[in-house]
Amino acid sequence: MAATPRVRGTRSEASEQRRRRRVWSYLVLVGLAVFFLFPLVFMFVSSLKPDGQILSDISGWRAFLPVGDVGLDNYGAVFDRVPVGRFLLNSLLVTVAIVGLGLVVNSMAGFALSRLRWRGRGLVLGVVIATLIVPFETIAVPLVYWVAHLPTLLFQDGALVYDIGWLNSYKVQIIPFVANAFSIFLFSQYFSTIPTSLDEAARIDGAGWFTIYRRIVVPLSGPAFATVAILTFLPAWNQYLWPTMVVQDEKLRPVMVGMQYFFQDNPAWGEIMAYTSMITLPVLVVFLAFQRAFVSSVAASGVKG
Amino acid sequence: MTATFRLESPADAATPDATRAPIRPRRRGQRAARRGEARAGLAMASPAIVLLLTFLIVPVLLGFALSFTNARLISPEPLRFVGLDNFVRAFTVDPTFFRSALNTFAFAAVVVPVQAGFGLFLALMVNQKIRGVTAFRVIFFIPVVTSIVVVSILWKFMYQPDGLVNSFIDSVTFGAWQGTAWLNNPSTALFAIIVLSVWQAVGFHMLIWLSGLQTIPEELYEAARIDGAGTWRQFRDVTWPCLRPTRIFVLITITIAALGLFVQIDVMTQGGPIDSTSTLVYHAVLTGYRQQQIGYGSALSLVFFVIVLVIALIQRHLTRDKD
Repeated sequence: MAATPRVRGTRSEASEQRRRRRVWSYLVLVGLAVFFLFPLVFMFVSSLKPDGQILSDISGWRAFLPVGDVGLDNYGAVFDRVPVGRFLLNSLLVTVAIVGLGLVVNSMAGFALSRLRWRGRGLVLGVVIATLIVPFETIAVPLVYWVAHLPTLLFQDGALVYDIGWLNSYKVQIIPFVANAFSIFLFSQYFSTIPTSLDEAARIDGAGWFTIYRRIVVPLSGPAFATVAILTFLPAWNQYLWPTMVVQDEKLRPVMVGMQYFFQDNPAWGEIMAYTSMITLPVLVVFLAFQRAFVSSVAASGVKG
Repeated sequence: MTATFRLESPADAATPDATRAPIRPRRRGQRAARRGEARAGLAMASPAIVLLLTFLIVPVLLGFALSFTNARLISPEPLRFVGLDNFVRAFTVDPTFFRSALNTFAFAAVVVPVQAGFGLFLALMVNQKIRGVTAFRVIFFIPVVTSIVVVSILWKFMYQPDGLVNSFIDSVTFGAWQGTAWLNNPSTALFAIIVLSVWQAVGFHMLIWLSGLQTIPEELYEAARIDGAGTWRQFRDVTWPCLRPTRIFVLITITIAALGLFVQIDVMTQGGPIDSTSTLVYHAVLTGYRQQQIGYGSALSLVFFVIVLVIALIQRHLTRDKD
């Protein structure tokens, strides 16, 4: 550093200042990274240690390092205690169904609302926008009462049986969340940027509206589908309030509710950390694989505000 | 597929007809096409309309209606209209409701400015043109993709009296300051929950701010620099005014999310100690669902809904006035 020639005067002073600022920026960024990562590092590392060692390691750097009596014992214990595989499968099924059905239903609605003229369109659009601010928490209690009284058809002993109540089923975890006002809104926003001259050309060629939707609009809207898929995937995987209310049957429970098996007077923290690590890793892997799409999705969700 | 073809047929029939004989008045064909379009529009929107009606509109109206009844989830008594009893009960003989409202407002009053400000700071940090900055964006966003249930359990573990937080405080202050049993102490529990809530959600708003920052044209900054504006002046006179639409969005979304505080409470404290962390939503779910008093819980939800609506409208009004 001493070798920097003084002769260059102001220019080197300016670059020196810029360099110093960059160093500070990196220091702050690294500090923040530590702040955001340390709890998760602690979780993964603790999941590998026996309870006694977690506590004895806690007062130093060892809390964040996989050292000492490290192994997968906690994971084995979790599998013995709760049907993790079943819970993961349930969550996967529910999530895929919500996201998949949601993409179809909401994009069709977005198409109809943004590109077709029909009576009632204005009303539906108004209702969709108004429902954007209804927090799910405010309808959770009446919704339980409602789904408990909905009719249902069961396939029992080779015959269709009519019954009352949707509680304890997959459908009660899926169907209420398929239609989503925000997704419809995002789709119709995106679809309205695609020139309508394409529709007209296709109509002259004799294409129907559903064909136009499927062959023209959908293929041109990859980013909108990615955004909606990502924004609906996280809440679906993370469902907690709703399934605790409507699913008592262990065989149908999703991962977040499975957590309740560990709430006891004397919690086995090593096992809990193993369980939370297991249900966090799949999401983390998906996120890191598609991080760019995630980032642009969130940005897109805020653009129109 | 067949349903679709049936949908298309009137419109399809009209098109070749019109092209083949352009001299003939096209009104009939046009009307048929219109009708086809109207039918297709309704048909394609109908699955969403039916689902939104069944699982959003009906529950909202049902909640409104149930608020004036004695409904229970499983009840031997018949459903009975009880007038304003549930609301009177909430505002007069239910001290937990009052405490929950207070806690909810306290939580929102701290979280909204802190999370918005911290999010903006993070966005400014990761908007710099320096190498490796995208990696930091990803890192700051990781807590957002981690389930709030997991985050709550993890922080509950760290907040234990002999947990990570206290051992950290102990080592940085060289034992001068002893931590406390954060979640078991009525005066620290809500604060402890605020910290982890901001930690978990701030990355989301960082990205919203960032997308706002990136819409600001670089020329504005260049012009400001030519006028001799330093970093602070550039922020105050260029960045801040340009972020107005983003600001409104961030403000409203954080407020609505903060007022709906539930999972952290349910997992970490169950509203305790002595109601110091109970919130409106937690109280509504506890009474309405866990204690099976659907009518009363619906009334509490309705009160909550009105509060959210009023606050959202006030915010809209305030932010609109400055135009």
